[in-house]
Parts: sequence; structure tokens; C-alpha cells
Amino acid sequence: MSQPYTEKVMDHFKNPRNVGKLENANAKATEGSPACGDMVSVYLKINDQTKRIDDVTFESYGCASNIATGSIITELAKGKTIEEAKNITWKQAADELGGLPPLKAHCSVLAVEGLRAAIENYEETHGLVKERKATTVEEVRRRLKKVMNPLVGLDLVKTELITGIMVEKGKVTVSVDLPETNQFANTIRQEVIEKIEPLWDVNEVEVRFAG
Amino acid sequence: MQTYTYLDNGAATRLDERVLEAMTPYFLEAYAVATSEFGYSLGIESKEALDVARASLAARLGASPEEFVFTSGDTESSNMALKGVALALGEKKGKHIIVSKIEDFPVLHSAQALERQGFRVTYLPVDGEGVVDLEALEKAIDRETFLVSIQHANQEIGTIQDIAAIGRVCRKKGVLFHTDATHTFTRVSIDVSDVPVDLMSVSAHTIHGPKGIGGLYVRKKTPIAKWMDGGFQEFDLRAGLENIPGAVGFARAADLVTDEENQRLTGMRDRILDRLLNEVPDTVLNGHRSSRVPQNANVSFHYVEGESITLHLDIRGFAVSTGSACFSRSLEGSHVIFGIGGDHERAHGSIRFTLGRFNTVEEVDQVISTTSEVVAQLRRISPLAPHEAPSEEAK
Repeated sequence: MSQPYTEKVMDHFKNPRNVGKLENANAKATEGSPACGDMVSVYLKINDQTKRIDDVTFESYGCASNIATGSIITELAKGKTIEEAKNITWKQAADELGGLPPLKAHCSVLAVEGLRAAIENYEETHGLVKERKATTVEEVRRRLKKVMNPLVGLDLVKTELITGIMVEKGKVTVSVDLPETNQFANTIRQEVIEKIEPLWDVNEVEVRFAG
Repeated sequence: MQTYTYLDNGAATRLDERVLEAMTPYFLEAYAVATSEFGYSLGIESKEALDVARASLAARLGASPEEFVFTSGDTESSNMALKGVALALGEKKGKHIIVSKIEDFPVLHSAQALERQGFRVTYLPVDGEGVVDLEALEKAIDRETFLVSIQHANQEIGTIQDIAAIGRVCRKKGVLFHTDATHTFTRVSIDVSDVPVDLMSVSAHTIHGPKGIGGLYVRKKTPIAKWMDGGFQEFDLRAGLENIPGAVGFARAADLVTDEENQRLTGMRDRILDRLLNEVPDTVLNGHRSSRVPQNANVSFHYVEGESITLHLDIRGFAVSTGSACFSRSLEGSHVIFGIGGDHERAHGSIRFTLGRFNTVEEVDQVISTTSEVVAQLRRISPLAPHEAPSEEAK
């Protein structure tokens, strides 16, 4: 019987390696959202001296490709320096799994993005960002594209929920076109803070709701 | 060999051997084209078999035989109903039709095709349980409306519509009413002498009959244009060599569905719903709790994705389906779950169990416990699932 997935994909799907939240992680990132169908969180324990990834785990909300790629990416990243790990590509992960159906590329690319974002998160929180560009409104907007609007399942920027972004003396103010009483207001606030706060020159993030 | 439990009977069913037995002579012995009574004897025999099958299926609906047109299945039936009526009436009466938002693709995509040709289509919303609002329907009917098409029961969530009431609204307003009864024919009683419906799509593939045969009930004097051209078959409404083995098989399949069987399926359906909703936390029902077809159970499990659930169940020997985008050919989540107000997560985590004649209570219990295990396993690795003791997270 023909299966769309290779044996190795099925193996990682059935018995995913390195799953769950990581105790004492010093970096983490989440990519995707329920709306785009898949979500991956990556947790890293990076050695502050050697910059090697001592431990890595992942969590997945997604289909078989998503789970298998999350699993393989942890195996590929473990023991590598963050510079090496940054260069791991989706192609490498897919090859390692013996191939993935093209239709499922979008589900599996998230794990790779999750790993990169977690490393970025480490660099930002540990003062390792080389080019210390001052945070701009554009940069804030770029990051807000990764915050989903749970009402419709697209990001905040695309769904035109952002009515204003102010960057001033280390303080970022984001205005969201939703009433404070909205059931998702709190989730949105937390997610916005999570995405913006790691920027090196940001000390404070305020999320303002309409009304 | 591992046993395999098939619970996707809403998609296709295993043929009942008795149906095959009834069909076989019409492949091997009475294989001639159906001829008039002036033809040769083998052709007359075929014609008689076709007539008997037609009469029996029509009787099941409370219709007369000449109101039952054989087609290749419900897809063709619904295409014929919408496009055939549009062709016959569209220019005369106006160019507006009404369908529900949660129709199955044959109706939904036929409506969209008509829209591209310049017809106006209203997609009627449904409530959280999938029920059409009669007042909204009445308001949506305007001077140009000539056809309303609202399914008898939903393909995914099993909710049954009050087609008698819908039919009365249509009568009152003087518009034709088509209903897609693919998932109710023989499972929920329908009598067209009671219910004011003008056109109804039915199919054999959902009731342990053969694939490739269905029917369209067309009430006498309903304006409908022929849209498959060729010979004069099927009262000159649908051209093409008659599928006599199929027609015989369809009639036999319908005969084999009994009230007793429907009650048995209802019992198994309720067992799945009651146990999953009670035993698996953060599980929600999709569809109406009681006004639903006997064979359909559908729930959404929060924090997990349906393709992963179906794949894990398949490995363990169970076939079910999901409204998840990852499972679909279009990579779009279920329009039915969105239609009842569900979000992407609810669509992604929806699992449909559809029962058939060959399922047993033991199988039902097995699929319930296995599903519960699989969901728990996937929740353990899900970033969305609330975990008991939150670990120290990196900021």
C-alpha cells in the first residue's frame, strides 16, 4: 500500500524525539498558529560559554509532517553551535527524513523557522545581536505579522487590527482595534509583548485596546 | 492480520453481498439495453428490471415511478436539479437562487457555477448546530428567486433540517425547493406526499449499494431542462445507456435498510458521542445532539490536529475522517465547521465517525478508547494544550 510518508517520517511521527517543554531553557520561540494549521514551539538550552546547543525540545500542533520535522530538527540541532544550527535548512531536514510530500512543505518549514527564531530570541536576550539597529516602526510591524488574530486566523497586520505603532525612547506602543473586553484581548497582548520585548533597545511594551 | 474497522461510511460503504447477488444477473444474463415492449426478449427483461427498481425506490419516497430519474449519483442529481431548473426557469422568473452555507460540494459548487454565469446566489447562514433559520430563509426569498436548495442532512455534522417547514415556506412564496438527501435516504423517513419538496437527490453509495448510481426525484410538472443530451432515456430528462445492474442494486440496497438497523446505528452514534464528550476533556460536539442522522457522530478535540489523529488511528486499524485543512485536497478547513461558527482550531481538530451496517458495538468501544489515547498522546506534545505543571519558561 502506498503511503505519502517515508518510513522515517512515520517513525518520527509515531515516536517523536525530544518533545515537551524544556526545564531551564534559555531561549524559546513559537512559529505558526492554529489558523495556518500548524504550530511549532522550540525550546533551547544554550551553553553561554561555548554557544553550543546543549539541549533542545519541541512541541507541535500539526500534521504528521509537522511533527516529524520538529522531531528531526531537534536531532540535527543538538550539539551544534548556534551559528551552525542557524544554517540548518528545510531541505536538510526533509532529506534527513527521506523526503516529504511537496504539498506538506508549508507544514514542515515551520520547525526550521522555529529553531531559527529561538536562536534569534537567545541572541536578543543575551546581547548578541551584532548590528544593533535602533528599533523602527517597520521592525515592529514585521514582528506583529507573526501575531495571529484568533478571530479570523490571519495575522494582526493583514487583518488591519493594528491602528498605530509608536516607538519612543525604548517604549513601544501598539494600538489594537479591538475592545479591551474582547475574549482574545489578553492573548493578543501577551503575544505582542512576547514578540516585541526581546528587541535590544526596548524596555517597555504597551498594548492599547480601543475603547 | 490486523483487523480494520471502517468508520467512514458517510464517504462510501462496503457493498452488501445481497446487493451484489441481486445485481449479478444483470451483468451476466440480462445485460441487454432496456428496450420497449416491442423489442427482443432480453431487452424487455432489462426494461422490466429497471421499472421494478424505479417503482420500488419511488415508493420509498412516496413518489410515483415517473418522478424518479436515475443518475450516476448524488453529484449528478444535484447538478441536474440546480442547473436544469436554472436553464428551464432562469430567464423567465429571475436569476436568484438560495442555498445554505453548509451544503455539500455538488450543490455548493453548482451554485457557484451558476453565479459565474450571472445568477445571484444567497448563501444562507446556519446556527451553531447547523440549523437553517426559517425566518432568514423567508426574508431571503425575493421576486427573482426561483429555487431554494437546502440539504436534508449535513454530510459532515449530520444535522437534519426541517425540510417540511422549509418546503412550506417555499410553497408559500411560490419558489421551487430542492433538497440533497444523500445522507438521509432510507435512514430518515421522507414522504414527498407529505413534504412539499420538488426535487430530491439520493444516492446508493451511502447505503451499502453500488457506486455510480443515484437518483433525482422530480415532482410532476416541475420545470427542468435536460442537460445531458443523447438518447431519450429517463423520460427524456437524462440521456445515456441505463445502468441496470446499478438500478437493481440501488433498489435492493434501499430495501435492506430497516428501522431496526437505523435504531441500532443511532445507539452506536449516541455511544460515541456520550463517551467521547464525557471521557475526553476539551471535546465539543459538532452538529445537533438529537436532530442528526443515525450514522453520524462528529466532535472536535481541542489542541490537536485532525490529520495526525486520523493517521494514528489508521496505524491502529481505524478509518475515520476529519475537517482539517491538512487532510483535504484543497488545504482548506471544513466550510461546515466554519459555517456553524467554528474557528480554524475547531475545524482542524474535528473528527467524523460515520457508521454502517457492518459496524459493531465492540468496534465502537474500541474506536472510542483508541481515539481517547491518541488525543491524549498528541496533546502531550501540543504547545496549545494546557499542561498541569507549567515549567520554568524562557522569556
